[in-house]
Amino acid sequence: MHSTLFLFVITMLYLFITGYLGYLGYRNTRTATDYMVAGRNAHPAIMALSYGATFISTSAIVGFGGAAGMFGMSVLWLTVLNITVGIFIAFVFIGKRTRAMGHRLNAHTFPELVAKRFGSPFLGLFSSLVIIGFMPLYTSVVLMGAAKFIEVRLSVQYETALLFFSAIVALYVIMGGLKGVMYTDAAQGGIMLLGMSSLLFLAYFKLGGITPAHEQLTALAPKAVELFGAAGHRGWTSMPEFGSRFWWIVISTLVMGVGIGVLAQPQLAVRFMTVKSDMELNRAVLVGGVFILLMTGTAFTVGALANVYFFNESGQIAFLAANKDIEQIIPEFLKRFMPFWIGDIFFVTLMAAAMSTASGQFHVMGTSVGRDLFATFGKELSSGASILANRIGILITLIASVLLAYILPVYFESGIAIVARGTAIFMGLCAATFLPFFVGGLYTKRITRTAAIVGGLAGFIVSLLWILFVHEKESSVLLLCNAVFGRPSFFGNARTGFIIWSEVDALFVGLPVSAVITFVLSFCTKALPVEHIRRCFGQEQKEAPLS
Amino acid sequence: MYLGLADFWVFMAYILCIGAALLCVGYGLINWNRNGSEPTEADLKWAEESDKLSEKL
Repeated sequence: MHSTLFLFVITMLYLFITGYLGYLGYRNTRTATDYMVAGRNAHPAIMALSYGATFISTSAIVGFGGAAGMFGMSVLWLTVLNITVGIFIAFVFIGKRTRAMGHRLNAHTFPELVAKRFGSPFLGLFSSLVIIGFMPLYTSVVLMGAAKFIEVRLSVQYETALLFFSAIVALYVIMGGLKGVMYTDAAQGGIMLLGMSSLLFLAYFKLGGITPAHEQLTALAPKAVELFGAAGHRGWTSMPEFGSRFWWIVISTLVMGVGIGVLAQPQLAVRFMTVKSDMELNRAVLVGGVFILLMTGTAFTVGALANVYFFNESGQIAFLAANKDIEQIIPEFLKRFMPFWIGDIFFVTLMAAAMSTASGQFHVMGTSVGRDLFATFGKELSSGASILANRIGILITLIASVLLAYILPVYFESGIAIVARGTAIFMGLCAATFLPFFVGGLYTKRITRTAAIVGGLAGFIVSLLWILFVHEKESSVLLLCNAVFGRPSFFGNARTGFIIWSEVDALFVGLPVSAVITFVLSFCTKALPVEHIRRCFGQEQKEAPLS
Repeated sequence: MYLGLADFWVFMAYILCIGAALLCVGYGLINWNRNGSEPTEADLKWAEESDKLSEKL
């Protein structure tokens, strides 16, 4: 009873705060122009928390935390990449240039930025189509992560939880969540910090401290080897066996696919443009690094430690105790072993994580339809028509995301970290498609329009084909490979040295293909006009040679 | 055994997570007041356009 009351009170409090901040945003008390001319002190922390809250979704916590419950603390390499690549490199090396170039070219969306940088409306159209076509998959994964947690926490049907949560997100987005997005995201980031810090502290505390907790987990290694030794598991505090199936899943899909994929995320790239100068980005690095450590570091550590808790209680490892459903490991762990208030704070944390990520995604999808698609065809919409187009865009992508979250569990229920998969697919596709020409376009004047278009298209096509026909985790459930070749992966169980082809993530193939093509073609196709390049890079780079 | 972790590479991941976060803290502190600049004409133009865009959402 107390638990229900507490949950009700903090949920209401959370919704009230979110609603109020959304309302403030709706009333336009802080506009982009306000940010530029005022608010020097507060903004970096808000920007960093907002970025972090958008970056870290329910899938990072529930899905990847659950994956750590299965694969162990080797998944912490993803946290290393999350911080070094997703925060440090992203802010210091990508963010500063994205901000400067975005402002010079007056670009407001990712497709608009690349279209203007390369003087190619087609590149803008292509980028917005990739976003509209595939981001609903990522959004559905976010909705699903939250719904799965509600299912366990409130003991309701998954479908009911999904519809309930989607309705709240939709309401939030419609009620002005997009306008007040920076402040609400930052508030949600604050809630996430509180929830995850408490969880980390308690998880270690109840097991007697950091080293004793790790030692108890290490002692369970024989259990892991007994069950998954053939796939390469060597215990939850060891790396999987080099070249084994588990090694490929952990390193290629979870760590590299997501760790690198985050660099070319359209919904994150636009965040850099909102700050006034590089100084704000310098300061944001501080907040962002600590935030991500406490988010994914906690999720992965607690996910792995859950094995000790489950084993001490029932003699079962986490995966089996959660009915072989990886996404249920974290929710079940909280329900069984943590005080009710931690679970309830975590519940609100997850709602915050899902809302901030989903609102950022809907913002990008809405503008992709409302601004980029029409701009590509040279249509100047009236203000009213433009608002309508944005809303239709949001509505269509919202329905698509909910439908996917409804349908996917039917196909993916066999124990694979589905939440982790959808995120990895989207991030992998983004990296292979956008990363070479986006980063190349920020750093070198040499990348040509043709190179950007062909490189991006090649990366996208190769990645998509790899997902459909080779990477078995996806190809086996997408069924196309089976229909065409009569087996779940084109390569079957083929190995070349330590490479198991069916386990190699699409990013490993798509990104090099895209990068090489972009690089090579840049040397043999027509360079962009000097004046255009100078407009992109500004006067301060005028003296640099164009090569 | 390192901090109770069986594998050196998992221990490295554990340490590097914290190290990377500390790198971010150090970078943020050292550069706290660096690269500040007043908004340029392009920055202000961008902000005005951005406000118009968010009106449409």
